[in-house]
Amino acid sequence: MKPAPFAYAKARSLAHAIDLLAQEDARLLAGGQSLIATLNMRLSQPALLVDINGIDGLGGIALKDGQLEIGALTRHAQTERSAEVARHAPLIALAMPHIGHPAIRNRGTFGGSLAFADPAAELPACFLALGGEAEIKGPQGPRTVKADDFFKGLFETALTPRDVLTSIRVPAANADTRVGFAEFARRHGDYAMVGLAGCARADGARLGEVRLAYFGVGPMPLRARNAEAALARGDVDAAVAALSTDLDPSDDIQATGPVKRHLAGVLLRRVAKQLMEARS
Amino acid sequence: MNERFHDITLTVNGEAVREHVDARKTLVDFLREDLALTGSHVGCEHGVCGACTVRVDGVVVRGCLMLAVQCDGARVETIEGIADSHEIADLQQAFIARNALQCGFCTPGMLLTAQELLRAGGVPSRETIRTHLSGNYCRCTGYQAIVDAVEAVAQARASD
Repeated sequence: MKPAPFAYAKARSLAHAIDLLAQEDARLLAGGQSLIATLNMRLSQPALLVDINGIDGLGGIALKDGQLEIGALTRHAQTERSAEVARHAPLIALAMPHIGHPAIRNRGTFGGSLAFADPAAELPACFLALGGEAEIKGPQGPRTVKADDFFKGLFETALTPRDVLTSIRVPAANADTRVGFAEFARRHGDYAMVGLAGCARADGARLGEVRLAYFGVGPMPLRARNAEAALARGDVDAAVAALSTDLDPSDDIQATGPVKRHLAGVLLRRVAKQLMEARS
Repeated sequence: MNERFHDITLTVNGEAVREHVDARKTLVDFLREDLALTGSHVGCEHGVCGACTVRVDGVVVRGCLMLAVQCDGARVETIEGIADSHEIADLQQAFIARNALQCGFCTPGMLLTAQELLRAGGVPSRETIRTHLSGNYCRCTGYQAIVDAVEAVAQARASD
């Protein structure tokens, strides 16, 4: 289990990274916690690795104009410890302890998790549930992509091989924001068998703007739109029933499709409870 | 500079090191094969088992999920250096006292990961200790004695 040979270049700046990525078979290296494993197993054999770890200004967390901005190179450990994230993006704070293990979180990056887009990963689903947006820089300049348009398929996103994801933004939470998060994993730190990230706005005793993003039940994180509508009516049973139209999970190494669908319903009840609880 | 081989300069256990490395060489292979520091072990080679745990710039990382070439300018510490400095002498002693190892393959990684938790201060709950060590696999003793050892050291350090 050793990587096939490749060339390596350390990008000095974002512009330099984008130049280097124009080469045939170049791959961007951020935290490397998924990429280097796939290199070791020779599931991936790029010609050139473009290391963005030395680029200044790609990491960091800041509140700007009612949105929380998280730099793509922000390590999971930093996000996990961040008081800004706990306060302004509590859904992300709930998800962080479920991601890998301490040593993985010391290296893995927020942007890397989104760009890799493992269908069973936590952060892509949080990003989708929060209705965030991704800031991308490529050879044609910068562009912004909304979370609902970011995930395209299995390990496929709006990013091309020549692009760099530079940061993401999510709406900052306020007093009416409600969030919920739950997942089933066989062992702590594993990718989830099924997981759910939810976000809503409290409207008196009711919920509005419900967004439910499942992970581990399809090729990419998926909104359960019929369940969202039922939950906005306050009908949890109808929301669980609606999952039969919202989700069609396939069998995988972890569980059969019907088991995953059942677990999705169990998670929905847990997350619904979290969403309906008053914020302390 | 889009080359396969690179010159790197780093410190390993406080000593300056200059080497010429193949970009595809992982940090743990570099430590073991080029520097003969064989205390960091190669287990699963895809980030699951934790046997290759080392410290880079003060935090624990998977030695199999970082490339040696990425460590240019970094401060790397291995079990050899951290043991020699006596930073974890009490933790090593607690592992011995409680038989918290049999074959010892996972032990360097266990010690470094546990020390990161202990350095945060306080006395973590057993649940917290287990969660923190969940990325380090032991295939022979089970975890009870390991958790006992880490808990005992946390209590001893807190009462100092």
